[in-house]
Amino acid sequence: MSRRLLLFVPLALLLLFIGAGAWRLATPNDNLIRSKLEGRPLPAFALPPAVPAKPGLSSADLAAGKPRLVNVFASWCVPCIAEAPLLMRLKAEGVAIDGIAIRDRGEDVAAFLTRNGDPFERIGSDPESRVQIGLGSSGVPETFVIDGRGIIRAQHIGPIGETNLPAIRLALAEAR
Amino acid sequence: MKRLLAFALLVAAPALADSNLPPAEWADRQLANPVQEARAMALMETLRCLVCQGQSIADSDADLAGDMRALVRQRIAAGEQPEAVRAWLVERYGDWVTYAPPVKPMTWPLWAAPVVLLAVGGWLVAARLRRRP
Repeated sequence: MSRRLLLFVPLALLLLFIGAGAWRLATPNDNLIRSKLEGRPLPAFALPPAVPAKPGLSSADLAAGKPRLVNVFASWCVPCIAEAPLLMRLKAEGVAIDGIAIRDRGEDVAAFLTRNGDPFERIGSDPESRVQIGLGSSGVPETFVIDGRGIIRAQHIGPIGETNLPAIRLALAEAR
Repeated sequence: MKRLLAFALLVAAPALADSNLPPAEWADRQLANPVQEARAMALMETLRCLVCQGQSIADSDADLAGDMRALVRQRIAAGEQPEAVRAWLVERYGDWVTYAPPVKPMTWPLWAAPVVLLAVGGWLVAARLRRRP
């Protein structure tokens, strides 16, 4: 009897294999790579100004006692244009926002801000994505919520949309 | 009209999701020290590109992959061990970023599978041979 049952083991394995394959095919692919630094202090950095009119950005600026947003963006990034009005709205609500311009030129950043609005207090220039990699960020745009002690409290990947605003406001309130 | 359209297509700039800056200095330039370059290269081949997600940073043309190559070369040139650089990246992006899977409870089945399968195969062959005189 047990020998007979043993004969079904290959079939069971095959069904298991097909089942696993079907399950993985049915689940949508998750391509987002989240930063593992959530809940941990910002790595130390000091970036030069991206535009002459504004100061650059250092990790010390981000541990100033008040929660802030750090927006990783670029003038060549199309989704960044889409989220620009929402950053302006957050700024109007009194949220402090700093920027990190990735692989960008001063004149391009300035033109981008003239065209799409300027929600930033400081903008650091990161021409070789050094600080971006240091933050565990894998693209533009991304937005980090930093609390008053300089600890990364939340990461938003991709452009901020209307539907993401409540979560960002909540993260900011929790970081207070 | 057709000609105008063809001309418009000819002069239109493609909407690239890439920056206008040239690659980082050390993205595509070899280190002067061949031992260090070989170490950096070996490491780059086992680090995963965050943009393409199916390529190593050594193979990828993405801007971010170039910047990661520059980072790897600069750190190796500064005397850092390749495994320390890998650990630094894993700290930020998780095991996702490395093509060399670490040995830990989550990956034990992965490492044990070849041994287990070989043992099962050996047992089947042994059973077969024993039955046949």
